[in-house]
Amino acid sequence: MNTTSMTADTAAKAKAKASRSALMRSLGILPILFLICALFALLNPNFLTANNLTNVLRQASINIVLAAGMTMVILTGGIDLSVGSILACTAVMSLLTSVRPDMHWATIIVPLAAGLVMGAINGVLIAYVKLPPFIVTLGSMTALRGSAYLFAKGTTIINNDLNTAWIGNSYLGPVPWLVIFSFVVILCSWIVLTKTTLGVRIYAVGGNEQAARLTGIKVGGILVFVYAMSGLLAGLGGVMTSSRLYSASGLLGNGYELDAIAAVVLGGTSFVGGIGSVAGTLIGALIIAFLNNGLTLMNISYFMQLVIKGLVIIIAVSIDKYRTSRR
Amino acid sequence: MPEQVILSVSDLSKSFPGVKALSKVSFDVRPGEIHAVVGENGAGKSTLMKILAGIYLPDEGRIFLDGAQVRLENPLKALHLGISLINQELNIADNITVAENVFMGSERGRFGFTRKEEMRKATREVLDLLDAPFDPGTRAGTLSIAEKQQIEIARALVHNSRIIIMDEPTAALSENETEKLFELVLSLRAKGISIVYISHRINEIYRLADRVTVLRDGSYIGTLEGDQIESELIVKMMVGRSLTDFYQHEVATERTEGFIKVENFADGKKVNGVSFEATAGEILAIAGLVGSGRTEFARLVFGADRKTSGRLVIGGREVQVASPSDAIRQGIAYVPEDRKAQGLFLQMNAHENITMNVIGQTAVAGFLGAGANERITVEAVRKFAIKLASPKSLALSLSGGNQQKLLLARWLQIMPRLLLLDEPTRGVDVGAKSEIYKLMGEIAKQNVAVVLISSELPEVVGVAQRVLVMRGGRIVADLKGADINQETIIAFATGVREPQQLATATVRDPA
Repeated sequence: MNTTSMTADTAAKAKAKASRSALMRSLGILPILFLICALFALLNPNFLTANNLTNVLRQASINIVLAAGMTMVILTGGIDLSVGSILACTAVMSLLTSVRPDMHWATIIVPLAAGLVMGAINGVLIAYVKLPPFIVTLGSMTALRGSAYLFAKGTTIINNDLNTAWIGNSYLGPVPWLVIFSFVVILCSWIVLTKTTLGVRIYAVGGNEQAARLTGIKVGGILVFVYAMSGLLAGLGGVMTSSRLYSASGLLGNGYELDAIAAVVLGGTSFVGGIGSVAGTLIGALIIAFLNNGLTLMNISYFMQLVIKGLVIIIAVSIDKYRTSRR
Repeated sequence: MPEQVILSVSDLSKSFPGVKALSKVSFDVRPGEIHAVVGENGAGKSTLMKILAGIYLPDEGRIFLDGAQVRLENPLKALHLGISLINQELNIADNITVAENVFMGSERGRFGFTRKEEMRKATREVLDLLDAPFDPGTRAGTLSIAEKQQIEIARALVHNSRIIIMDEPTAALSENETEKLFELVLSLRAKGISIVYISHRINEIYRLADRVTVLRDGSYIGTLEGDQIESELIVKMMVGRSLTDFYQHEVATERTEGFIKVENFADGKKVNGVSFEATAGEILAIAGLVGSGRTEFARLVFGADRKTSGRLVIGGREVQVASPSDAIRQGIAYVPEDRKAQGLFLQMNAHENITMNVIGQTAVAGFLGAGANERITVEAVRKFAIKLASPKSLALSLSGGNQQKLLLARWLQIMPRLLLLDEPTRGVDVGAKSEIYKLMGEIAKQNVAVVLISSELPEVVGVAQRVLVMRGGRIVADLKGADINQETIIAFATGVREPQQLATATVRDPA
């Protein structure tokens, strides 16, 4: 028997199998997105209109931005519960600067910087004080929620002449700026995670922190980076939300962290760290948005929507797990 | 059959995805004997024992107990039939008492209520039998590993086990504790209990075993009895070829003596002042018992742990190492002992694992140098003969030997001047072992100081040109040439021989 050709043959087969499983991994949950869309398209004629689809993308945009940051955090094996509160804080800050003409220059910069700093503080506590991410961000979630109310003095700050209103309400051609923002964020995150040394190191830290340290990776720096990024993106979320509403209050973004986590998990990112992709997260966020939209179009009560959403998350992830474990 | 037999197995086979772990293995156990089962890592010892303990079901083959065929479908069944397995990792819950541990899973009682007093009494009887110095009511977490082992033996005895399988029982024991265990094992034999003793420490087998069965690559090689038990022969059967071929590797002709100077490394805990000089182009082994501070020392040099003192000179210049990234910059490579926990990124692919240390160097403005990285991987796979389906195969999917080669390949990318290898052949099959030795020779030849930390004495003796022996966090012997033999190393490692007077390497202060 010609062993060389046989091993070459099995090698080729294994290679094909490896690339197929890699494809399955990255495609992940995409079929479920199509399935949901097809179902709603059949049940409701208004679902597949350009108008409605634009609407869904706009509604999804803020969650997409938060979930992109959350993906990096979860890839390192962590969690960031504080993004909703950071969003509220930064939204209030954005409005506070916008009502003072001499501070107009700061309406975007200040919330972004504030988000970055808040995230970085989370990161430092996790990386260098070595507290568990869940505890740190649970604490900052609570404290920053309170801060947001304090900054707004318990009221809703309204500015009908908001200088950032274009972000939330204008279009670039047919596409809302909110959607552009969210896709740019996804694209940048994708580039960082797949094309840079930083990205490889994020996966390495999440996959095996000890080994990462022993290969000379500065694990602390990586952790501070991902939490700071998550904070920065939450700050961007604050700008986007307040610009859409012309207002901000301490109430904004309540529970957004859970939607972001749900999108990441639906997208096939492992909670243990080291496995996942931002492309998956985009699909996960779209599934959630289409579900919200489709169920509302079908006049299903909000309470029922919550039940269905929860079940879809569990079922989708179960299917994904079953499928990927049976390779 | 003239001899009495209580347990016999015939033609046992067992496969796991991708490997044939056991292939048509037969062997038997006589009442009241110590039967050693030996073989290299991956020889199939553990698989065979797990089948006997009911943890795995064999694919083929039959098991007879007292002449009747039995099916050991789960550990409880094996236990009821009188077979106990004492694993290397002990099955002891630290948070509960000795008695509760002894009866774990088979508590005596009724309607879910346990009879504590009864269990305590039964435990005390057995502990007395074992001459154990602790009480049934003691919390297990407060005991030493040797004492926990006694709990496991007590567990076997309360279930009236007739066959006790011990898997590498001395791996984590001190010399004193080992001695006590031997006495215990011998006293169990005197009571008519059969011991199946798995070990790859030839000396122990020599001392204890009535019979020795050798496995290699999942196959039965043979059983030795009485006078036939002889270390040279056992090793030959285990390895399947003579030792000289097995460890053969190239030796550098060009050497730089005193290339590495290590002075007074200490961490205030397990390393108490280690000093020596190492020659580039040579393989220097650090031998010593588990717990002698070898790994801790290597981690100090590599900057993985904080040192309280220690200076390092490479090629005549003192280098400061405070973290692994400093070490890498100075050309120090460390391949850790626990490949999976400390070395590999199992969920990442082979390509990423190989290039992890150099992606920063090949990157342009933070963007991965894809082309350069790919060339590194292709070259490394060829040079190290790493067997993989594609560079995109996950590290997870490779065999132990190939995983180890991935790590070696990764570390050679930094062009090391000092290469620290901590147990590089643990869990690696025989063929890959020999390849790794050859690679070590090749690496040393490029004027690298290779430091091998190993618990496998035959390996130390076979590979190293010089051997340092560590004991209690210090170097107690510096052996060369004919002094490099297992007996001398053990004598120093265990303290049977007094430490040598060693000229301590002094690093001249540049000031």
